[in-house]
Amino acid sequence: MAEISKEQVKHVAHLARLAITDEEVETMTKQLGDIIKYAELLNELDTENVEPTTHVLDLKNVMRKDEPKKWIEKEDALKNAPDQQDGQFRVPSILE
Amino acid sequence: MSLFDYSLKELQNKLHNKEITVSDLVSESYNRIKAVDEDVKAFLTLNEEEAINKAKQLDQQENKDSSLLFGIPLGVKDNIVTKGLRTTCGSQFLDNFHDPLYDATVVEKLQAEHTVTIGKLNMDEFAMGSSNENSSYFTTRNPWNTEYVPGGSSGGSAASVAAREVFFSLGSDTGGSIRQPAAFCGVVGLKPTYGLVSRFGLVAFASSLDQIGPITRTVEDNAHLLQAIVGNDPMDATSANVDIPTYSDAFKEDVKGMKIAVPKEYLQEGVSPEVKDAVLQALKVYEDMGATWEEVSLPHSKYAVAAYYLLASSEASANLARFDGVRYGVRSEKAENMIDMFKLSRSEGFGDEVKRRIMLGTFALSSGYYDAYYKKAQKVRTLIKNDFDKVFEDYDVIIGPTTPTPAFKVGEIIDDPLTMYANDILTIPVNLAGVPGMSIPCGFSSQGLPIGLQIIGKHFDESTIYRTAYAFEQATDHHKQKPVLGGDR
Amino acid sequence: MNFETIIGLEVHVELKTNSKIFSPSFNAFGAEPNENISPIDLGYPGVLPVLNEEAVNFAMKASMALNCEIATDTKFDRKNYFYPDNPKAYQISQFDQPIGENGWIEIEVDGKKKKIGITRLHMEEDAGKLTHNDDGHSLVDFNRQGTPLVEIVSEPDLRSPEEAYAYLEKLKNIIQYTGVSDCKMEEGSLRCDANISIRPIGQEEFGVKTELKNLNSFSFVQKGLEFEEKRQREVLLSGGEILQETRRYDEQTKETILMRVKEGSDDYRYFPEPDLVPLYIDEAWKERIRAEIPELPDARRERYISELNLPSYDASVLTSTKEMSDFFEETIEQGADVKQASNWLMGEVSAHMNKQQLELAGLPLTPEALAKMIQLIEDGTISSKMAKKVFAELVKNGGDPEKIVKEKGLVQISDEGQLKEIISGILAENEQSIIDYKNGKDKALGFLVGQVMKATKGQANPPMVNKILLEEIEKR
Repeated sequence: MAEISKEQVKHVAHLARLAITDEEVETMTKQLGDIIKYAELLNELDTENVEPTTHVLDLKNVMRKDEPKKWIEKEDALKNAPDQQDGQFRVPSILE
Repeated sequence: MSLFDYSLKELQNKLHNKEITVSDLVSESYNRIKAVDEDVKAFLTLNEEEAINKAKQLDQQENKDSSLLFGIPLGVKDNIVTKGLRTTCGSQFLDNFHDPLYDATVVEKLQAEHTVTIGKLNMDEFAMGSSNENSSYFTTRNPWNTEYVPGGSSGGSAASVAAREVFFSLGSDTGGSIRQPAAFCGVVGLKPTYGLVSRFGLVAFASSLDQIGPITRTVEDNAHLLQAIVGNDPMDATSANVDIPTYSDAFKEDVKGMKIAVPKEYLQEGVSPEVKDAVLQALKVYEDMGATWEEVSLPHSKYAVAAYYLLASSEASANLARFDGVRYGVRSEKAENMIDMFKLSRSEGFGDEVKRRIMLGTFALSSGYYDAYYKKAQKVRTLIKNDFDKVFEDYDVIIGPTTPTPAFKVGEIIDDPLTMYANDILTIPVNLAGVPGMSIPCGFSSQGLPIGLQIIGKHFDESTIYRTAYAFEQATDHHKQKPVLGGDR
Repeated sequence: MNFETIIGLEVHVELKTNSKIFSPSFNAFGAEPNENISPIDLGYPGVLPVLNEEAVNFAMKASMALNCEIATDTKFDRKNYFYPDNPKAYQISQFDQPIGENGWIEIEVDGKKKKIGITRLHMEEDAGKLTHNDDGHSLVDFNRQGTPLVEIVSEPDLRSPEEAYAYLEKLKNIIQYTGVSDCKMEEGSLRCDANISIRPIGQEEFGVKTELKNLNSFSFVQKGLEFEEKRQREVLLSGGEILQETRRYDEQTKETILMRVKEGSDDYRYFPEPDLVPLYIDEAWKERIRAEIPELPDARRERYISELNLPSYDASVLTSTKEMSDFFEETIEQGADVKQASNWLMGEVSAHMNKQQLELAGLPLTPEALAKMIQLIEDGTISSKMAKKVFAELVKNGGDPEKIVKEKGLVQISDEGQLKEIISGILAENEQSIIDYKNGKDKALGFLVGQVMKATKGQANPPMVNKILLEEIEKR
């Protein structure tokens, strides 16, 4: 399996919306590379006929009734907002 | 002697007989915190005013339902949300998160039992770590020796109980985060079966692995705390709908004829001789009580750490994506456009380990790598789960060490992620299989640091774990040892 | 060179459950910003989604009405992307196991019928709403976050913008019949993105497609596609190359405008949602939902033709919305003549709705009142002319037609004796007109009818007046 490149590290950082410095790219490339190399250990196992486990318990069809309920007030919703205006959350616009 | 050296039953008797008041218990907590927390550093946020008021209120009322937990001081790990009480998850990102707007289901349940929340406990940031050194605030110290780590990520939860700052606490365990610090701090910590305790209000690290669990000084009190927090929760779709036994009933039975499995993989190289000896000693105690043990194999154990880091990090990469600076938390002041708001807020708010795992998880899920990493790890998870199922066909419990070594020194391995991850090698398989596991004290190292014994049970068979642990506790006095802290001398 | 156009549509439809798909917040349009939200909708730390059973029932209903196969085993996945209106930075959606697959609907363009395939229908949650300010900031309202959605993806079977229009009309019609959505484009409860490419006739492989967004009405979909069809043809004919782009339709300039060029496919890092357990939909559940699906428009249309003997055009118009069709059925159930009911609905009622920009539900007119009015015409109580006055009152203020007739004094005089008496009087006063008529001046008869009407304030039954007049003239 391929090692992880600096370019990949930068791409992954972008996907994860993390700003990383050139220095961090260096260390991340090394550390992620080590971890991924370690993970290659799993390739020793033949898992072709093994079902993946997403849920460890065999639960199915857990649903709730369609009953609406008021939970919090609008003021509470905005209480922790870093920025707000006219009862809405305010964010900087997309860079065009 | 601390009031917290008594058992829950003894404390309720004292309250009932008016020998003590709830206010006394709460003062005991805050006085102790004032005396030792400068050294232990277990608390991130104190709830003193509220707690004192609540104690006064409880002292005015009767314990109508005869709750064993009435008026008992509780510490809550800081990734469990508390309405009106700051919840940071040990992260700068949530430094200003003063009101999460709601209480976690476990917190609601404990409030119904009238416990008193003393404060929020330190942890590795977003529960990612095994030493507490990843807290973005400060490193909690091991009460047995403050040069050593308390373990992680529920380091504050374990240390606060060991240091008698609170009577008991809640932790969370994704790959060993309750059991490992419990082992390092010489207390009793249970990771319940996945689905037994509601995750609603537990800030998610890895949703398919996370469980909240009780940390206490004794096995008996552990069962009482668990009893109060279990049960199906309509707010958590992964919460199981099973009959809940009375856990304390388990204490009526002994371990005669019990069949114990000891995985050979859990006593292999990497496990320190002192730890191995302590475990073998413990097995001897069980033999003396009429139980039998045999060596078994959990053949896929060595793959658990790799599978775990891929799965947990992948889930975490999505779970932590909501920390984007829009609705709560800290937004970077440098952000001038939308994408910078995301990138700078997250980069300023998260520490290195969190970033590293988000990166790993994002990579493992990304196009072209999903099958090779994420899906592969899910398949290996199946194999590991099957290992446990097979052993449990013939045995009642699995016993081994909780950690390969006792606590290590602060700063000793923080720069080496892989060595740090290896610390969880004996606890991770339990989370992957979804079974319950407990750590109880089973001895001390030559340096006077506690050693933990891990007892693993079948799905939803916490009762057998309690029975096994209780028998050991009755036969030994490790749990009666107390760390000596600054204020004690 | 001649080109063939290939169009595929992705339609999002909001389901009108009472509460949201993964939280108990109210699912309602038009509230104040951030009114219908909870910590779950805001993606607060520690919250968990719990699936609304009714959202699944509704998605199944829509799937079945679109002739999809319903999955027995299905699940939810996380689709990861950052955007301020996407609070968890993942959308809970369905990736590889959609609830419905392999469906189709039939459209008709220029009298030709054609089946359009539906690749899949999957469930997901809607996002919040972002409005852009002109001060370099945007505002987010999370009311819409968590509204249950189904995304319906068509096969690339559509060959013209006209077919795309017909497909949308039909899809909307069918979904409205099932009652799971209002499908109001103006409220965003139906939204559409279009993929379009062209290829030289005879070429097997598809050309590079562009994606059209920001299509706010069915006719803009058609116009946008028409523009894009033409644009792509011009690019290719001038030796250019079509790029994989996202374009938006500008309603002012009637052009499509480049939004962004796609580089590879987006990396959404889908993985199974660990917070929700899988769904197992057994036959009993499927049958229970199937039994709840009402008669769909095509079936109704056929029934109107074969059982009610309506012309095919009338049947199509009446079934074009469920509202109209239900109104029609209720009217005839109340005893109205089928053809009369059809004529009134297609004629006066539709004209009034168009003129006033109102929907049927917004009119005070009830099927009962319309039926009664038609009966009053049939039994001669009122004339068609009077009926128009009654109708005007019914669509304005509603009420009981019989009462209106009485209040306005609109009752028709159909009593033969009474009419004979009036007519005799008129004839006695107009001897000259009788002579004129007998001399072949037909106009004279009209004059006499007018006199009768004047004398009765327009209340005389016109056919009877005619008949009696002729009889009386004959006698003289």
